[in-house]
Amino acid sequence: MANYNVMELMICTAARELEDGASIVVGTGAPNAAAMLAQKTTAPNLVIMFEAGGAAPLVPEMPISVGDSRTTWKALMASSMPEIMETACRGMVDYTFLGGAQIDMYGNLNSTRIGPDHQKPKVRFPGSGGANDLASFCWRMIVMTPQDVKRFAEKCSYITSPGWLQGGDSRAKSGLPLGAGPYKIITNMAVMDFEPKSKRMRIIAINPGYSEKDVQDNCGFELLKAKKIVENQGPSEKELSILRDQIDPYRYVIGR
Amino acid sequence: MDVIEQGVGRIFTDPDADKAREFFRHKSRALVSKLTTVKEAVEKLVKDGDYLSIGGFGANRVAMSCVHEIVRQKKKNLGLAGHTATHDFQVLAAGECFNKCDVAYIVGLEARGLSANARKYMESGKVEVTEWTNYTLAARYKAATAGVSFHPIRNLMGTDTFKYSGAKMAKCPFTGTNYALVPALYSDVAIIHVHEADVYGNCRVRGILMSDYDVARSSKKVIITCERIIPTDEIRRDPTSTFIPYWCVDAVCEVPYGSYPGNMYGEYFSDEDHLREWLKVEQDPEEFKAFLDRNIYGVKDHFEYIERNGGIAKMLKLRQKEWLLVGARA
Repeated sequence: MANYNVMELMICTAARELEDGASIVVGTGAPNAAAMLAQKTTAPNLVIMFEAGGAAPLVPEMPISVGDSRTTWKALMASSMPEIMETACRGMVDYTFLGGAQIDMYGNLNSTRIGPDHQKPKVRFPGSGGANDLASFCWRMIVMTPQDVKRFAEKCSYITSPGWLQGGDSRAKSGLPLGAGPYKIITNMAVMDFEPKSKRMRIIAINPGYSEKDVQDNCGFELLKAKKIVENQGPSEKELSILRDQIDPYRYVIGR
Repeated sequence: MDVIEQGVGRIFTDPDADKAREFFRHKSRALVSKLTTVKEAVEKLVKDGDYLSIGGFGANRVAMSCVHEIVRQKKKNLGLAGHTATHDFQVLAAGECFNKCDVAYIVGLEARGLSANARKYMESGKVEVTEWTNYTLAARYKAATAGVSFHPIRNLMGTDTFKYSGAKMAKCPFTGTNYALVPALYSDVAIIHVHEADVYGNCRVRGILMSDYDVARSSKKVIITCERIIPTDEIRRDPTSTFIPYWCVDAVCEVPYGSYPGNMYGEYFSDEDHLREWLKVEQDPEEFKAFLDRNIYGVKDHFEYIERNGGIAKMLKLRQKEWLLVGARA
């Protein structure tokens, strides 16, 4: 039996993607936990920013809102939403973590609605918030999400935030800033990237206890496979103790 | 500039910069006291059908006393900027005060979850929506602040968010790159909560500014609520700290704990128990109605609301929580 849960595994996997000295805009919950974990392990000089204006804080505990006081605790700057977004517009934000109700094979995300009638949707979600902005401007967008057939959809009901759009060079032609886009998809079962030419989602690593078949069976579209698929390493004792004792002692996120 | 493509969303406010200049030409620059009550300010300055912008960030430094007063006075058919809107949106949805909404973020309360009632309201077809994003709404305020009718941005394109927005796509005349152009957003009225203001409306805040710099300048009428009134001598001693100048402001109301149950930087943390209660009572229509009567319709002002939810003892606890004092976790 593994000595960690799915949320802990995804957070640790995501944290390892962030190199020291990089910058990231994060939201609340698991993305924030992953950024805090990276800062306390492999990336002590990670610059964490929040879209409401908090810049380079020493986050003392899990924020409830991306605009609450925890996002500027011992920060280097308490700025504004335009300031953080324009920093990303200029090309100075390396990473962002996003999620959504649906994701397709090109990494496009839906966080707006289900159902065909926009003015009277079957299910209404919050909308873009800052997601469309960050997916467009941050160099590398990482999605952290549990995986199932409904969420990994053949076609999103609505594309809120851009992935590689229709694949190939469609994003480059759209007018969105060049060179930015979805980078990794981290799920409870696997890690995916995007095949460079077609920009289709591709399995590159599988989590302990899962098979390629599990990953494909829990996905609503056909996944490509990397030439060499590795086994993703589970969380280390050190990662787990920092995550459990220092970052989320009340288990707000890892208890989900 | 040729339009290559455009969104189908309706633009609820007039982006015409000359018409706005004509309005601002006649806005008073008189240095007179604007001290009033929230009740009077909302009665006088918020009209049915007005387009409303709310400063702060959903449940952080939000003019909750004004939000409640708008519901209490049963204002109707408002347009609303759903810019980083969370608890403020939830409360206005409870009052069904708006029927048009520019959406960036709505119906959710971030890590706390989604509001069942706000969601139901948005799924009812009673509200006309146009989609944007947090940054594109911020850019719309920036355009209005600068006195120009649009702002070029590099996102939205290729997504349904563009399709259901009021943006237009055009080529940059210098580089040939596609840009989305978003129209200036001049609100009829803005409500903004700040830490300190003088009686004329010169304001200071601490902590993050969200989009308030531009919201305050681009809105035709501005209601300020503040934690404390301070002397104008103090403003003049340290003019660097003035964040909103008095000539943007139409009313000033002293409302300590005015962001409650939201967070106020350096003053008090959000009342998470009360916000959880909001989310819970929305599940049951009877219970929700009684809750609204107890907290909004049946109280005369923000102070009575706070009294009914723990009063000074609660405020003290939230203050200790804000400062992360050992043992203060509620």
